[in-house]
Amino acid sequence: MLGAVPRVTEKMRDISHRGSAVAGGDSALVRRLLEGDEGAFGRLVEAYQGRLVSLARAYVADSGTAEEVVQETWLAVLEGLARFEGRSTLKTWIFRILANRAKTRAVREKRSIPFSALEGAPDEPAVDPSRFGRSGAWVDPPRPWVEQTPENLILNREVLSRIEEALDRLPEGQKAVVLLRDVEGLGAEETCNILEISETNQRVLLHRGRSKIRRALEEYLARKG
Amino acid sequence: MLRCRDVTELTTEFLERRLPPARRMAFRLHVAMCRHCRAYLAQIRTVIRSLRSLPASVVAPEVHERLMTGFRKWREASGPSPA
Repeated sequence: MLGAVPRVTEKMRDISHRGSAVAGGDSALVRRLLEGDEGAFGRLVEAYQGRLVSLARAYVADSGTAEEVVQETWLAVLEGLARFEGRSTLKTWIFRILANRAKTRAVREKRSIPFSALEGAPDEPAVDPSRFGRSGAWVDPPRPWVEQTPENLILNREVLSRIEEALDRLPEGQKAVVLLRDVEGLGAEETCNILEISETNQRVLLHRGRSKIRRALEEYLARKG
Repeated sequence: MLRCRDVTELTTEFLERRLPPARRMAFRLHVAMCRHCRAYLAQIRTVIRSLRSLPASVVAPEVHERLMTGFRKWREASGPSPA
């Protein structure tokens, strides 16, 4: 039973999420943009604007600056579009441009780049240690979210907005990694490239971020009864 | 033998297929025998799937309009070019 769910490989991810903003895939989309199709650009903006601002916020001081960086990013995307070679997905390419712009801006503002070192306490447990006994076994185990099947949870707007809030509250590095990996569905390698962090660092940030969101959802569901 | 607490710290490495074979086997064995850890792992998987289904946030109309203006300017400056 365990491990019966096949892991989504990097390649499958790429395929399944390619062209998620606009059907027809990246090369068709790029062609439409180059032809000046406003609708195609509008849909691209609707799909990524919010996530781009979130990621930019990891680097710059305030949301106004983040919005500026994102606006610069869109212009850079348009300027560079004719040279887009499809070696990565368009999505990855856009996020990479954003990260580069935001980094440049952070340097100019003399802010430190948040992912160069691991943030948070050196030992940040996934689960409150008081929930385990001295032997390391659960004394306060998680209650299965059974009455809410995964499908119901995912379709529940209230739950999704709690998850969104929990994501927003994560430290910037964790938020950036969870955003790229889990929300946008990019692979580990792409995420490391975009954020310029090591594979290990990426995995630790992902682990801490996911663990915190699980905790937030557990607390919410417990309160709800 | 892995303890429950270890399982909660290894979930991401397990899901990312980063555990060495012996460790991976120990993880699977533990989870097969421990319903609490099974529940925990199921919750983490639910979190991941929920994150994947978060809708894109709504773009403020003035932001959208500003970007569309930028797009039109770019189009005029570059001229429609064959891809």
